[in-house]
Amino acid sequence: MEAFVSEVGRAVVIPNDNINTDIILPKQFLKNILKTGFGKDLFYDWRYNTDGSLNEAFELNKPEHKGASILITGNDFGSGSSREHAVWALTDYGFRAVIGGGFSDIFYMNSTKNGLLPIVLPEENRKILRGIQADETIQIDLPEQTVTYKNNIFHFDINSQWKEKFINGEDDIDNTMKYEKLISAFEKQRPNFG
Amino acid sequence: MSKTLFDKIWEKHVITGEVGEAQLIYVDLHLVHEVTSPQPFDGLRSTNRRVRRPDLTFATMDHNVPTKDIFNVQDQMSRLQMDTLVKNTKEFNIPLASIGDDKQGIVHIVGPERGLTQPAKVIVCGDSHTATHGAFGAIAFGIGTSEVEHVLATQTIWQVKPKTMGIKVTGKLPKNTYAKDIIMGIIAKYGVSFGVGYAIEFYGETVENLSMEARMTMCNMSIEAGSRTGMVQPDQTTFDYIEGREQAPKNFETAKEYWSQFYTDDESDFDKILTFDVSNLKPMVTWGTNPGMATAVDQYLPEIKDENDANAYEYIGLHPNMKPVDINLDYIFIGSCTNSRYEDLEIAANMMKGHHLAPNVTAWIVPGSRAIRNRAIKTGIAKIFKDAGCEWREPGCSACLAMNPDKIPAGKHVASTSNRNFIGRQGAGSRTHLASPAMVAAAGIAGHFVDITTDEFV
Repeated sequence: MEAFVSEVGRAVVIPNDNINTDIILPKQFLKNILKTGFGKDLFYDWRYNTDGSLNEAFELNKPEHKGASILITGNDFGSGSSREHAVWALTDYGFRAVIGGGFSDIFYMNSTKNGLLPIVLPEENRKILRGIQADETIQIDLPEQTVTYKNNIFHFDINSQWKEKFINGEDDIDNTMKYEKLISAFEKQRPNFG
Repeated sequence: MSKTLFDKIWEKHVITGEVGEAQLIYVDLHLVHEVTSPQPFDGLRSTNRRVRRPDLTFATMDHNVPTKDIFNVQDQMSRLQMDTLVKNTKEFNIPLASIGDDKQGIVHIVGPERGLTQPAKVIVCGDSHTATHGAFGAIAFGIGTSEVEHVLATQTIWQVKPKTMGIKVTGKLPKNTYAKDIIMGIIAKYGVSFGVGYAIEFYGETVENLSMEARMTMCNMSIEAGSRTGMVQPDQTTFDYIEGREQAPKNFETAKEYWSQFYTDDESDFDKILTFDVSNLKPMVTWGTNPGMATAVDQYLPEIKDENDANAYEYIGLHPNMKPVDINLDYIFIGSCTNSRYEDLEIAANMMKGHHLAPNVTAWIVPGSRAIRNRAIKTGIAKIFKDAGCEWREPGCSACLAMNPDKIPAGKHVASTSNRNFIGRQGAGSRTHLASPAMVAAAGIAGHFVDITTDEFV
């Protein structure tokens, strides 16, 4: 997994609440057997018109937002289906962090596996961030757990283990296999009723 | 110390780690399907890893399956996903119920049906409706694709223990209302995210009196309340359901004794308690674009409060001074991991018996598994549907998520027994109205929703 320590980047604001995984990546794109290439289909139904042309009014399609790496959104982001493809679409597009009012549990966990930093900030902070201009940047410092925009420094919470994992870009399976003896011992004492 | 059902099962599965931090949890059953498994198996191959416990893993095909002509997979990408699952399960020695197989079906239907789903287990699957299995008093939750790879390789998963929430359901269910109406009623009352961060346990006299099928319907939709896990305490109803099934424990009495220790000691052990009384419950119908946008069948649709409501009304093509009975339907869909078990089909068939679909209504009846399908043919239920003019299909996820040929056309209204009424969920532009199997069946006959608790029906 790609490590995440800090990020200085431009931001796109999609302020809606309840953006579910069907919106982030509609199910017709779940049929790939690879992890890559989903970025072009991110927010498909919002990004493209029914005839397949670009919806130029949609934030992501505005030329001034090209290359933005931070997404600022509303409450309850990533609800619905457990598809990790939604996270792959965000990272494949180039997002490194999503700042929202809250995330679904499964989406949050999926993000921690793919180096996409989910940051929960209260509405009063996000209100200020939503004022960001296309040429301005936000600075995210994970060790300090801060989001900085102009003169505002917002603190965010993150579980210490997830934080460490982001900073080190650890492979989960290698990490778990350090506990192989404990797993084997556990397996020996599991109840078995035939 | 006094504990909840969830706490007791959780503690039995912790390999290492402290509460409050991520803990390493052992997985007793890992269910696999074709959509969220190709990348994990590929990951294993590229790192030279094996599946640690193929014997605790079970795979089937559901999301992509064509339900009209099951072997005729036209979509090349669907075929690729299914072929990939065949190849992967063979290479990694995992049991697979492929299309055509007696055991094939929707993964959350097949697990319980085989007897694999048992109390006090930790059960995971790369699908958000895994909570279904919690009906047996198991901790069951959906996981992401990277987690699927992790479970395949290690048979464990890192999780931070959620808080617990008890939902106490009381009162006698009025005639022709069902578990589907209870869970839809709860979500309509408390919203689509009240469960985030919580493991839910449904309890109370009403829940105790529900069948396993009905409990599964309730737990299934916990995720629609934001909770990854819904569960019900195991009891005699649970044990009776499991006994005699293919994968039921051979030492059944010993197992039963072990399972019987798993219950919540005192409701004060929950971090939070909600209550829901069903005494005056009416059949529920969704009018909008998330499962919380639901109303009782005899009520006017709600006023527009905000932009979300306005957008939902615009998409769905309805307005606030209508009632669900005014919604004209083009399709009905009876199926999905929420409501495609034998009991659901039986209830729907009883509603349709001796009647014919309204003109212009197309009906897809999609049993959740091959076993259910065969049983329904044997008992004559399939014939009732066919006589009513319904299409009797092969088992799969079908129009619940339309990743297969079963798509509701744009602008068409569908009464659906599934779980999500998101924009485009059942096909681009499709307009979904979630309801119970009895409500959907009656709606198919009438051509619009009807109040099945009135004298005419009870």
